[in-house]
Amino acid sequence: MDVTATSAVETLSYAQAAAAALATAMDADPRIVALGEDLGRGGVFGQYMLDGQPLATRFGPERIIDTPISEANIMGAAVGMALAGLKPVVEMRVIDFALCGMDELVNQAAKNRYMFGGQGRVPLVVRMPIGIWTASAAQHSQSLEAWFAHLPGLVVVCPGTPQDNHALLASALASGDPVVYLEHKELWGLRGEVDRGLDVPLGRARIARAGRDLTLVTWSRTLQESLKAAEELAREGVDVEVIDLRTLWPWDRETVLASAGRTRRLLVVHEAVQVAGFGAEVAATVAEELGCPVKRLGSPRIPVGYAPTLEAEARVDAAKIARMARLWLGG
Amino acid sequence: MAGGTDPADRGDRLRALFTTMARIRAFEDAAETASQGGVSAWGLEASGTPARVRGPLHLSTGQEAVATGVCANLRRDDLLTSTHRGHGHTLAKGADMTAMMCELFGRAAGTNGGKGGSMHIADFSVGMLGANGVVAAGIPIATGAAHALKLAKSDRIVCCFFGDGAINRGPFLEGLNWAQVYRLPVLFVCEDNRIAATTPTRTMTGGEGAAARAAALGLDTLTVDGNDVEAVDSAAARLSTQVRAGRPALLHAITYRFKGHVSVDPGRYRDAAEVERALQDDPLALARRRLSELGLGDEAQRIVDAARAEVDAALAAAECAPFPDPSRAYTDVLDTGAGRWT
Repeated sequence: MDVTATSAVETLSYAQAAAAALATAMDADPRIVALGEDLGRGGVFGQYMLDGQPLATRFGPERIIDTPISEANIMGAAVGMALAGLKPVVEMRVIDFALCGMDELVNQAAKNRYMFGGQGRVPLVVRMPIGIWTASAAQHSQSLEAWFAHLPGLVVVCPGTPQDNHALLASALASGDPVVYLEHKELWGLRGEVDRGLDVPLGRARIARAGRDLTLVTWSRTLQESLKAAEELAREGVDVEVIDLRTLWPWDRETVLASAGRTRRLLVVHEAVQVAGFGAEVAATVAEELGCPVKRLGSPRIPVGYAPTLEAEARVDAAKIARMARLWLGG
Repeated sequence: MAGGTDPADRGDRLRALFTTMARIRAFEDAAETASQGGVSAWGLEASGTPARVRGPLHLSTGQEAVATGVCANLRRDDLLTSTHRGHGHTLAKGADMTAMMCELFGRAAGTNGGKGGSMHIADFSVGMLGANGVVAAGIPIATGAAHALKLAKSDRIVCCFFGDGAINRGPFLEGLNWAQVYRLPVLFVCEDNRIAATTPTRTMTGGEGAAARAAALGLDTLTVDGNDVEAVDSAAARLSTQVRAGRPALLHAITYRFKGHVSVDPGRYRDAAEVERALQDDPLALARRRLSELGLGDEAQRIVDAARAEVDAALAAAECAPFPDPSRAYTDVLDTGAGRWT
């Protein structure tokens, strides 16, 4: 019997899982530094805290760098650090703030290696938390993953579980490419089993629930909602296969096409606005390759409102997912 | 280091500085000629002859003393970030002229393999981390590179060139503040040619400009005649010494852009008398007069002739060099998912 001593499974939160992955990588590689606002005291979501202590206590202020509120310079400095040999982790706090650093990410980080003809690389992990965060309204709630999937030169990752937030952050740090790493703000407290020895390569989807009647592709927080919807539908006799895409670029076409080829129906679900969302790319690919029916479910094209009644309109939850599947399958 | 008081030392130093200036001037003049024709632009008709250099060229003709005087105080292993008007900085930092010309021509043998052109010219082998198509974008990158050098306890420094237009963009404030907060080894150089694209900078700038803004953030500054290469050299010597000791500084060098915004722009929007005065204040002519005063007039002519010969050879090499194979469009993008384009 095989016993893998290094693969002890523990229960961690989504935030703790990322901190553990970062600490392990920083122990192994002195080139890794992290920079952003309020990192010294553990980050505003505690995602730079491990075992009750800020990572700055363990790695010092030179490697866990507290910065001014200067998003453009945080992002641009990370590009300069990377070109000079470091592997920076950028913390943008929420993706909405990262919009102040878009030239530095889009024109610099994503382009430098190419436009300099391969001189210099930009190994960089940019953490830009996405998603609705209760009552945070229009400027702290966006899901902008499709923007970055559209840009050559960037890898796009959307972890949906504590296990993946550990394994995918480790893979992102090891990749040597500019990685846009999009955690969901309402997942920070989600607890789950984490095997620190488990390797999850970038670009590999996971079948979170096997099923025969419908392929449901999702990522990030709507994974949890989709799994709830699938359980509800199972009680009604509908067997949904739920695929957690996990990486949006490069995305796992093979796993999605194989599943949709079996079920002959694809539903893509995401919290981002449905119009021109990444679900359109997945749906169009499946329709082109397999000719089977496709549907999308995302947020309406409205800013996220403050009042609970308004916020609920922008949310994509289990009830909405189940309703759509039921209507489609004629239930 | 700037030349001492010994006339022989001063002559040696000025001869070296003039050599760099003459090489930049020869390069810019040749590039300008090669870029004419092709498409209609800036109110000019297209000529029947396609331009040999197709992309926009932002020439630094008239600004040679700034690149030369500053880079003379950098080591080869120091780092540099540049602007869209970066040929002079790149040459002065030590890049190979033929490889640069090949890049302007879009050839595989270019510094960037033909992937960047003039606006993104870079030569990491001499610490030149790239020209940049976005105004002020080099500033945050320079601070990050300096941050990395400081963490590595290196004595290398970063020199960050930007124009007078850049001081009105946010990254100027963020980057200078950042350098001061972390005490980073960055020499900021505001190469002030007095015009931002086609608009006089003074009409778009509040307050006293680059040096005053830097001083407000606690940086030490010097303002210098950017057409006097010896003045730039000695100011850069002073500031680079303190930067190497870990105190960021800003040099404000005031110069003039002889040409339009791009090489096919005749710059007709400028006051003719102003341009005429500026041409009288040519930094190369000034340096050459001083060489003559030091008895080195003949040598100055030899330097100019050699620079022209060098650029002629570079042009000849670039014109017959092959373009990159189309397959190179797909390399240097990402390792993750390499080979996936749809």
